[in-house]
Amino acid sequence: MASVTIAGVRKSYGSVEVLHGVDVSIDEGEFVVLVGPSGCGKSTLLRMLAGLEHITSGEIRIGNRVVNDLAPKERDIAMVFQNYALYPHLTVAENMGFSLKLAGVRRAQIEEKVRPAAEILGLAHLLDRYPRMLSGGQRQRVAMGRAIVRKPQVFLFDEPLSNLDAKLRVTMRSEIKNLHQRLKTTTVYVTHDQIEAMTMADKIVVMHDGIVEQIGTPLELYDRPDNLFVAGFIGSPAMNMIPGTLADDGSFRGRDGTVLPVAHPGSARPGQPLVYGVRPELMSTGGEIPLVVEVTEPTGAETHVVGRLGGTEITGVFRARIDVAPGGTIPIGIDPAGVHLFDEDSGKRVSG
Amino acid sequence: MTGPDQASSAPAQDDPPRRRGWFSRLSESRNGLGFLFMLPAAAVLLFFLTYPLGLGVWLGFTDTRIGREGVFVGLENYAWLFDDPVFWLSVFNTMLYTVVASVAKFGLGLWLALILNRHLPFKNFFRAVILLPWVVPTVLSAMAFWWIFDSQFSIISWSLMQMGLIDQPINFLGDTWNARWSVIAANVWRGIPFVAISLLAGLQTIPQSLNEAAAIDGATPWQRFTKVTLPLLTPIIAVVMTFSVLFTFTDFQLIYVLTRGGPVNATHLMATLSFQRAIPGGQLGEGAAIAVAMIPFLLAAILFSFFGLQRRRWQQGQD
Repeated sequence: MASVTIAGVRKSYGSVEVLHGVDVSIDEGEFVVLVGPSGCGKSTLLRMLAGLEHITSGEIRIGNRVVNDLAPKERDIAMVFQNYALYPHLTVAENMGFSLKLAGVRRAQIEEKVRPAAEILGLAHLLDRYPRMLSGGQRQRVAMGRAIVRKPQVFLFDEPLSNLDAKLRVTMRSEIKNLHQRLKTTTVYVTHDQIEAMTMADKIVVMHDGIVEQIGTPLELYDRPDNLFVAGFIGSPAMNMIPGTLADDGSFRGRDGTVLPVAHPGSARPGQPLVYGVRPELMSTGGEIPLVVEVTEPTGAETHVVGRLGGTEITGVFRARIDVAPGGTIPIGIDPAGVHLFDEDSGKRVSG
Repeated sequence: MTGPDQASSAPAQDDPPRRRGWFSRLSESRNGLGFLFMLPAAAVLLFFLTYPLGLGVWLGFTDTRIGREGVFVGLENYAWLFDDPVFWLSVFNTMLYTVVASVAKFGLGLWLALILNRHLPFKNFFRAVILLPWVVPTVLSAMAFWWIFDSQFSIISWSLMQMGLIDQPINFLGDTWNARWSVIAANVWRGIPFVAISLLAGLQTIPQSLNEAAAIDGATPWQRFTKVTLPLLTPIIAVVMTFSVLFTFTDFQLIYVLTRGGPVNATHLMATLSFQRAIPGGQLGEGAAIAVAMIPFLLAAILFSFFGLQRRRWQQGQD
């Protein structure tokens, strides 16, 4: 186990810079998720941490060692790839013991280490199979087994669940989380799926276009997003964004004049172009704000309503069952404590 | 005759089978139709492959000469060859030629493939250039080599003399061992592109992440090559090298243009000797027997690659 420090890391391919100075510090035993849309540089950052990509500038430390110029094998890390990268010509047991075999460990000892790892992952009965004979979930487990057999300082996961179907993804999500709680190894996990990030992470690093947008625990990001990007990326359905300005009485006016409540305007000034952010689940039925219904989507436990508010299409999630025909209006309330205000130009959060 | 639409939709009792002609019945049965469609191909194969092969084998058992029908002589041709030192020399030459050239083609071809598989500037240009020796007609390249190996005007001799390494031109094709190595070199030059491009195609099917995983697992570049790349390449290597060995073993054009089997039969391969005896020598029976004698060697090469290299347990999927 070791901490990881990423300080001022940049990456360029030729004249194109894809990472513009990234700082992340990861504590010992922490489960950190790098999340962002594709092309944001999260995988590149992970591969730089693994030693598969050269670091253009900046510094990466694992424990107390600067690893910038160390080969992957000297960094004491293990990586799980999106396509699993199992050696097709080796059995499950040989795949898991490959690194030990390369290190010159005797066969009996390899066996001793592979078996318990296989048992943790429920692979004990598959040890003699070849990867080709395994299902996607089993292959994924073998890839994880190959990583844990080595007892590395840091686990790296590169979108490990992307190739699995939705149901298996949920199962493997909790399996990986369990494994981490059991082994307590520092883990860096890359995904584009914010639900994976929210459910698994101790700490989430939201990345976008080669920079870090915000770092925090899942609930910090959910409750206090620093900017419009994080606000829109974290949470499902996404946060509603209604453009408008602050009125002199401290309430918010949408472009069409709709009045929306604000509790903590923070540094927002009247007249400044703002974006009013409110999560769908912070809306309730029975208020004074008229919502013009376009579509209702009953899911049983709750009802999703797509409608127009303040001149913008928004989504509301209501615990109550709503039976309104499209075009009808329902009165809704918004909890002003959960409202965020963002500067429209810079995208930065201005509310307190 | 009923049209196809009607035939497929109309019930059988409207048109009892015995009333229809054999051809319409044949054309409506799945197997029959398959047989019909295969006939042209089968005819071509029988006429142009099976018949000549059978004729060749038959000729080997006769004393046919050009211009004279032969009679069946049993194994006499083979008994004669068994005591013929020139025949055994050609067997030796063929083995030497095949083994040395194939090993060299494999080694150099794999090396080239590995280089071309990396990210090089002008990669596609180099890949195209590599194919040139394969594209040029053999006779043309053999003539170029004939000039390169010329006893007086060889550019190799000239260069070495200019560098002061030798005093007089090397007699490339006039000395027995020089001639053997020279034809092998020409064959290697010509055969490398096939091996290199085929292995390159094989290398490109190996995911980059496997190499990365191995690097993280602690493999040195050499270990990555021997423990990951090479095992994953074996199925392709088996196919490519089987073909390469077959091409080399049956080579004719290169030898015939460069040396015609000389000097003193030192470069006669079984194929060239067979032609030499059968056509210029007129002994069709004996030539055919030499050609037939190549078959066991070729079969052995195919069986070796088929059972020894081609299918691995890890390749056989279950799903």
